[in-house]
Amino acid sequence: MTAPLPSLRARVTPPDAVSPAPTHGHPPLIEVDRLSLYYGAARALHDISFAVPERLVTAFIGPSGCGKSTLLRCFNRMNDLIDNVRLEGTVRIGGEDIYARDIDVIELRKRVGMVFQRSNPFPKTIFDNIAYALRLQGLRRKSEIADIVEQSLHQAALWEEVKDRLHASALGLSGGQQQRLCIARAIAIKPDILLMDEPASALDPLATAKIEDLILDLKQQFTIVIVTHNMQQAARISDATAFFYLGELIEHDATSKIFTNPARKQTEDYVTGRFG
Amino acid sequence: MATFLILAILALILGNIFLQGGTGLSPRFIFGNADKDMFDVASAGVWPMVFGTAARVILMTLFVIPVGVTTAIYLTEYAPALSPFTRIIRGAVNNLAGVPSIVFGLFGLGFFISAVGGTLDVFLYPDSPKPVWGKAALIWASLTLAVMTLPVVIVATEESLRAIPLGLREASLALGATKLQTVLRVVLPQALPGILTGGILAVSRAAGEVAPILFTGAAYYMASLPQSLTDQFMDLAYHVFVLSTQSPDIEKTRPILYGTVVVLLLLTFALNLVAILIRARVRRNLRRLA
Repeated sequence: MTAPLPSLRARVTPPDAVSPAPTHGHPPLIEVDRLSLYYGAARALHDISFAVPERLVTAFIGPSGCGKSTLLRCFNRMNDLIDNVRLEGTVRIGGEDIYARDIDVIELRKRVGMVFQRSNPFPKTIFDNIAYALRLQGLRRKSEIADIVEQSLHQAALWEEVKDRLHASALGLSGGQQQRLCIARAIAIKPDILLMDEPASALDPLATAKIEDLILDLKQQFTIVIVTHNMQQAARISDATAFFYLGELIEHDATSKIFTNPARKQTEDYVTGRFG
Repeated sequence: MATFLILAILALILGNIFLQGGTGLSPRFIFGNADKDMFDVASAGVWPMVFGTAARVILMTLFVIPVGVTTAIYLTEYAPALSPFTRIIRGAVNNLAGVPSIVFGLFGLGFFISAVGGTLDVFLYPDSPKPVWGKAALIWASLTLAVMTLPVVIVATEESLRAIPLGLREASLALGATKLQTVLRVVLPQALPGILTGGILAVSRAAGEVAPILFTGAAYYMASLPQSLTDQFMDLAYHVFVLSTQSPDIEKTRPILYGTVVVLLLLTFALNLVAILIRARVRRNLRRLA
């Protein structure tokens, strides 16, 4: 066990190499500096530098295989699970280099939650899906666990739909409900950052709308980074947008600017649907 | 056509056994002692053999499940897939499955009885004139069978671990669970039916085996039931061999022989049934959540 992170919230002055970001006065929480990532000899991310501001929604857009999910998984070190991954450059969260030797990955993941493309509730009850994360944190008191479960389900706008069947299987929920349960599970342990990897790509428009409302709600409390294929979705819910192409960060700016007046031709071609 | 042939052969074997053996079955035969004359149709009982066989199979299960499951967990969840070490372990598991059972018997004699048991005696009972651990015994026979059935349990467990979606493991890890917590609380509960299948296969394979216990624990005759793990035991399968080769009058002892075979089949079936019932219960619990 390495020493726990002192505090991911403790902020340090951003280094000069980070590109100017549309922060709306929000300080940067995630700072990526000259990050390259290799799968074996193949380079998936190329020299990426930018910052994700606190308590805003940042969207990653770009065609399939552009590295946006790979980058997202750098923020909670999920790429550690894959053999042959090599990183260059740094990722700092709250000023802390999360790839430093003395970083506790477990502690990092408790502070950087993740919601996956395919909803992946545990084959347990709705209650236990959320309680699992809390018990991992060492919570034992039943009343306390029940309180947080209820609170998280409220936050994930799922409480009204499931309050009468908390002890039924989570797999009996609809796709959209399952995904909101996964969000409830992720926010139950109160992370600073919520990473979402195409959270609505498998859902119908109605369920997607609910997830989007939820995201707008959650950004009051969490810094959200969302990967999406859906350009309208990025435009609707994000404050900042980063466009990736072939492992490179092409442009990163305020969402309104990216979608109305992008600086780069490639970005314009992509957001207007000319390719990708 | 081939299916019918197989069914016909099975029906022939079982029909023959149950027709000839069923008549000899009685509570006196099953629960009776063999302490008078085990070749006497009128008085022979097979209870010591039933006890011995059940004991060695149950003990074997207790040994093989933890070791097999831990090995499978290591291989699927922890070992780097392409490392030479992993490949050596996998190769060893596959080769272990191909070793003839009599070789396991000799291994048990050499390793468990001579090496392990002998060493224990040197350190624990240096003054004892007779070996305590370094002789054929229930524990050594069970361990030998456990080694023999290890590949079955490992392969069955590995299969069921592999069938569990990566998404569940990722979900757990992303919540800040350690790998061990993920394996114990998310992966293993899902893999339980597959693990039990491995256990069932191991029990089936081990129950009828004679060769591995020949040198490691089975006794030709014992006046009483085994009292401890270091005692020898009488065994149904071995008794079938004894009855068919050592009998003074093969025609007269034929009913006992058939009866013993029926009891062996019923015991194997009963042991399997216990495991199958446990598995059905586990599956039902899992299905409630699916």
